[in-house]
Amino acid sequence: MTDYNFAYLDEQTKRMIRRAILKGLAVPGYQVPFASREMPMPYGWGTGGVQVSAAVMTPEDRFKVIDQGSDDTTNAVSIRRFFERTAGVAVTEETREATVIQTRHRIPETPLEAGQILVYQVPIPEPLRFLEPSEVETRKMHSLEEYGLMHVKLYEDISQHGAIATAYAYPVMVQDRYVMDPSPIPKFDNPKLHSPAIQLFGAGREQRIYAVPPFTKVVSLDFEDFPFEASKADGACALCGVDNSYLDEVIMDDAGNRMFVCSDTDFCTTRRAQGHVGAEGVPS
Amino acid sequence: MYVAVKGGERAIDNAHALLAEKRRGDTSVAELSVAQIREQLSLAVNRVMAEGSLFDPDLAALAIKQAQGDLIEAIFLIRAYRTTLPRFGSSRPIDTGQMSCVRRVSATFKDAPGGQVLGPTFDYTHRLLDFKLMADGEVPEAETAPPRTEPTPHIMDFLNTEGLIEEEEAHDEIPPDLTRAPLELPADRPLRLQSLTRGDEGFILGMAYSTQRGYARNHAFVGELRIGTVPVEMEIPELGFAIEIGEIEVSECETVNQFKGSKTEPPQFTRGYGLIFGQSERKAISMALVDRALRWKELGEDDVGAPAQNEEFVLYHADNIQATGFLEHIKLPHYVDFQAELELVRKMRAEAQTGLQEAAE
Repeated sequence: MTDYNFAYLDEQTKRMIRRAILKGLAVPGYQVPFASREMPMPYGWGTGGVQVSAAVMTPEDRFKVIDQGSDDTTNAVSIRRFFERTAGVAVTEETREATVIQTRHRIPETPLEAGQILVYQVPIPEPLRFLEPSEVETRKMHSLEEYGLMHVKLYEDISQHGAIATAYAYPVMVQDRYVMDPSPIPKFDNPKLHSPAIQLFGAGREQRIYAVPPFTKVVSLDFEDFPFEASKADGACALCGVDNSYLDEVIMDDAGNRMFVCSDTDFCTTRRAQGHVGAEGVPS
Repeated sequence: MYVAVKGGERAIDNAHALLAEKRRGDTSVAELSVAQIREQLSLAVNRVMAEGSLFDPDLAALAIKQAQGDLIEAIFLIRAYRTTLPRFGSSRPIDTGQMSCVRRVSATFKDAPGGQVLGPTFDYTHRLLDFKLMADGEVPEAETAPPRTEPTPHIMDFLNTEGLIEEEEAHDEIPPDLTRAPLELPADRPLRLQSLTRGDEGFILGMAYSTQRGYARNHAFVGELRIGTVPVEMEIPELGFAIEIGEIEVSECETVNQFKGSKTEPPQFTRGYGLIFGQSERKAISMALVDRALRWKELGEDDVGAPAQNEEFVLYHADNIQATGFLEHIKLPHYVDFQAELELVRKMRAEAQTGLQEAAE
């Protein structure tokens, strides 16, 4: 593809996005408005993540894309191909090998390392959005550090349901200043937000970029008597036997029998290659 | 035995091949040419150009062909192409007073200098299916009149000689570009108009209609609706003067709205404004009504809480490419989130069950 610049976006646009990223890194958790471009894939399908990836990508990078933890879901395939085509970068499914990882809804199980960049696709960047629909109002609330509404919501959850009824996109406090939406990752993944890697969040339709620099303090909101809990389905992966990874539930037959398997396909494959076998797995 | 879901790549390739085949349809039927679409589906072409924010009838026709006639998909193709084009400057404001009009009507005056020109309109057609078109589309040549050589003045200007209508000051500020800068609120009028002109026709129509039915009613008269071509000029720095770089067809609607006056403004007529690429008068009129509704603050009117008055609501939801993308993304896999919800609901149900049992004992 010679008709387009490296990684599709023109250099002026990349510069604009990089500035937004740098600002985001300088003010962790703050949502930086940026002039999101119209991308050749639909809004809501990862245009923010794609623009961030395009802006940070170099020809030497090894790129990995996951959706729901898997490298082979259709939209992950589509985005990986887009960069193979427009940037000609090497791609990989191995978390350890990748220098840039674009993700939707998961943080890889394999701990990330310094030098890696994790790019999140974000649908609604505003953690307060469903409490206050107006952007003008929510920006004001962030600037005044006015997060009472969020705490009231969490409290009401507890009083009504006995627990905080948020299972994914669980809000976090970043470096004691900004309440941030970690994108719709399951709350099981929240503790991994404290990481040696650079974490960048791109919301294309909503025109926002935000960031969590390495080793930034990220705390999931909770109460002393109702502490945050990174929950997952009880049980172990039926294929690789691990009991501390996030599990997908798969319906097996008409009788409704089901099994649990790792959501992170690379993690599971690697374990099986190392000889781990789950209850229903076969040695590889 | 569960086999890990693999095969995304092959599924995508095969889906694309099938889509291409579906687009072509029955191959025993002649293929549509882009020129046929451009010439014979010109109103669809106009809509794609307007909401795609790119005046290029050939590319719009190509997009319609590629999108199988799904106009929002065609608009998306045009937008995605447009975004790759360099922006090397801005034109001088077009002067619609210099328009060579194919249509020009006023609902406020029976006649005015320049006359009423019906032009190509569906307005007085009887909506009866013309079965003859199924056989052949030959049409007799239409009557023509010599085009006006002198400019056609805007009808609103006549009202203005009495000072009955609010004054719009001309200024040379370069308007913001919605496609190059993030939307920030509050938006000024040029930005709002820009958003409305590329907003979804159905959405703008619905918003405009809601004002007519009483949600921020601002009783609008169509002062003038004109459609025609205008030259586009651009200042070339090397030359030091403006040259004409082309011609575009636009629809322009100016509404005159009742206004009893407010704390800050005397009783007078106020304006709503619509300007759209191509012949697209439904959209031009809708745009003018919504523009007027959004101006409540600058005119010192009350916020009655109507959707059409809420600029954040209107501007954030008018774009059909944003809307359709986000809406349709919910068909992407969400099983990680769903799993998390599933666990939560199970846990909460188990706790509720225990609670009930304890209460019963």
